[in-house]
Parts: sequence; C-alpha cells; structure tokens
Amino acid sequence: MPLHLEIVTPEKKVFSDTVANVYLPGADGELGILPAHGALVTALAPGELRYEKDGTITSLAIGSGFAEVTQEKVNILTDMALGDAQIDETMAEEAMLRAEKQLLSMDHSVDAEEVAHLQALIAKSMAQLKLKRRPR
Amino acid sequence: MANLRDIRRRIKSVKNTAQITRAMQLVAAAKMKKAQDQAVAGRDYANQLNQVLVNLKENVEEESHPLLQSREGNRELMLVVSTDKGLCGALNTNLFKKVRAESGTETHYVTVGRKLRTILGKMGKEMLADFEVKDPVPFSEARPISRFLTKQFLDGHYDKISIAFNNFVTVMNQEPTIIQLLPLSSEKVGEKQDYEGANLKATETDKAAALSKDYLFEPTPLQVLDTLLPLYINFQVYQTLVEARASEHSARMVAMKAATDNAKKFIKELTLEYNKARQAAITSELLEITTAMKAME
Repeated sequence: MPLHLEIVTPEKKVFSDTVANVYLPGADGELGILPAHGALVTALAPGELRYEKDGTITSLAIGSGFAEVTQEKVNILTDMALGDAQIDETMAEEAMLRAEKQLLSMDHSVDAEEVAHLQALIAKSMAQLKLKRRPR
Repeated sequence: MANLRDIRRRIKSVKNTAQITRAMQLVAAAKMKKAQDQAVAGRDYANQLNQVLVNLKENVEEESHPLLQSREGNRELMLVVSTDKGLCGALNTNLFKKVRAESGTETHYVTVGRKLRTILGKMGKEMLADFEVKDPVPFSEARPISRFLTKQFLDGHYDKISIAFNNFVTVMNQEPTIIQLLPLSSEKVGEKQDYEGANLKATETDKAAALSKDYLFEPTPLQVLDTLLPLYINFQVYQTLVEARASEHSARMVAMKAATDNAKKFIKELTLEYNKARQAAITSELLEITTAMKAME
C-alpha cells in the first residue's frame, strides 16, 4: 500500500510523492507514520521531518504547522520546509541570535504572543542548524 | 516655419510619453504575472488549511473559541488595502467608493498603501495604523498585520474586523470587495473562499470525506484549533494582500496600454498635420519663386 506525502507552504508545494514511511516532529513528540495509519490531525513543532523513498532517507527542517494523516496520505502544512542544501547555516544562526537577543530584552509579561513567536523563530532556526550540523 | 517646429517638438514629447507608458506597461505585466503565480502557489496551502478546518469543525463545539464568538455592537475596524502608486486607472477610486458606502459611523481604519491612506486622512477618519508591504508580498509581512488586527479584536476594542481590497477577477476586471475577517463566523470557517487563492466552494464530497473519517486529534481538538485559527487569519490577510497586488498590476497594465495606444494615435495625427504643414510650406515657397520669375520676365 503506497503512502503519499505532500508538503505545502504558503509560497509553494515543496514535495509531493509516494514514500515508504514518514517521521514527523509532532507537538507531543516524534510520530512515525507507516502506510495504513489511522486518521489523525496533529500539530507540528519545528524540527526534523524524515521520509524514506527507495531505501534512501531524506531529512527536511520544517517549521510549525499541521499534519493530516489518512490511511494512504500524509499532508503537511507548514510555514517552512528546507532540505539540507537549502539551509544557510550562518543565516540560521544569525536569525537565532537575533531572536534570542530580542527575547531577552523584552518584557515577557506584556506580550505573550510576541514571546511565543520569538520562541518559535528560535526553534525553527535550531531545527535548521541541527539538521545541518548532524554528523554524517 | 514656427508652426512646423512646434509640431515637431510636440511629436517628440508625445513619443517620450509613449515610451514611458509602454515601459510601465511591460513592468506591470511582469509584476502581475508574479503576483498571479504567488496567488496560485498559495492555493494548495489554502485548500489543505480548509480541509483541516472542515474536519476540525465536526469535532469542536462552536463558539468555544474567542475568535469565533460574535459580539453585539457596531464598532468596526477595517483594513483598507490600496496601492502605493497611482497610474492604475480607477482602482483606488472604486475601492474608496465601496469603503465609503459600507462604513458605518463607528468604523475605524487600518491602511496598507499610500493612496487611500491620504484620502482617508484628508476626510478626517480615525486611523489606527498603517502598514507598508513590499512587492512581491512576502508571507512574513502579513503576520504583523494579522496580529495587530487580532489583538484589537481580542482586547475588545472592536466587535468586527473586515478587509477591503480589490479582488482580482480577470486582467480587465477588478472587483472592490469587503470581507469579514473576525469574528470567524462558524459557517464560513472551512468554506473555501471564492477568490484566486482557493476558488472552489467546500464541495459536498469534501464534507462527506471529513465525516467518514474519524479523526484523532493530537494534542486535543481545541489545542489544534488554537494554533490553527491564527494561521488561518494570517493566511487570509496574506491572500488579500496578494490579490490586491495582482489587481494593482493588472489595472496599471491596462491603464498604461490605453495610454500608449492613445499616444500612438496622437503621434499619427500630429505627423499628418506636420506633413500637411510641410507641404503647404513647400508649395508657398515654390509659389514665391514662380511669382518672382514671372515678375522678372
């Protein structure tokens, strides 16, 4: 039974193909999806998404978003999806430092949403860096 | 002879104008293509987002989220998306007419785009904020706007948030449109919007598909809703910005094409006049010479 993986961001459709399995960074921890998985909708945390196709495993750094899983399909809806080659290490690092600095300098009691946004930014950059710096 | 030179000068200046309008037309055409592509690219995302929302709606109690609760009262905040530059036909005027017709006495404004900001400002309307948006529209620039609007709503300053923008129908036709952003009416959530981003209604099959699958929600339906709704709002704002951009560029392209055509027609007329004047000058010169010869005989 095939499993169809589709990854979309607001700007474009990043990936659409049949895969053997998918590992998602769910909000409550990593989820492994094999074909014929039960129907599920889950929130995603920024992190690493892995899928296996023809025996090779590919990793993508993804931002927060959602995954909709049905028996034969996995739809990923996220604000970022970058492969290894597309990640700019220095840029990700700079973005993270910037967000951290901003987070430290602001008053956390005033704007909870902004804090959450900055934390999400940091998590996104971390996901990119983690993927890039993993020993191979 | 002064007449001849005058005409020549005018032809030159009209030619220059035609060149400029033609260049603007080409630039607008290229930008329009980009904006249209952007709107189309967002369609997959919009469809997926709608799909998840339709599924979610079956599992969550209505009105359970503050962003879904409708309130009594007429205090309205309107986001008006106009253009920064002119020379795009009646685009901004039409939008302004629509805004004026639909606004109540308790309507305040937030603007994107310089043109309507100035007009609304001159009219002495209450304006809360103004946002600048780059071209082409980056997704990240929709966030501060949607965040600001959501905050105004949640803080209870306004009972209703709407967006006024030019909906891109075709290249020749842009429709000034006002949509309600907040509160998200529970029927509307999950219903596909009929503009470029997702131009299909939620079909019966979509709904049937959602019902037939018994979805598991992780962590909980409410938490998923909590993160999904801001995304949805954000995306709606982004989509309207992209629509407005596509409208702006297509309107400019059409206006500039008309201007170029007019200039060309004008050049033709002037050239004809120039040639007539030239011929008349030659004739009168010949006449002078022959009369002089006649007189010498």
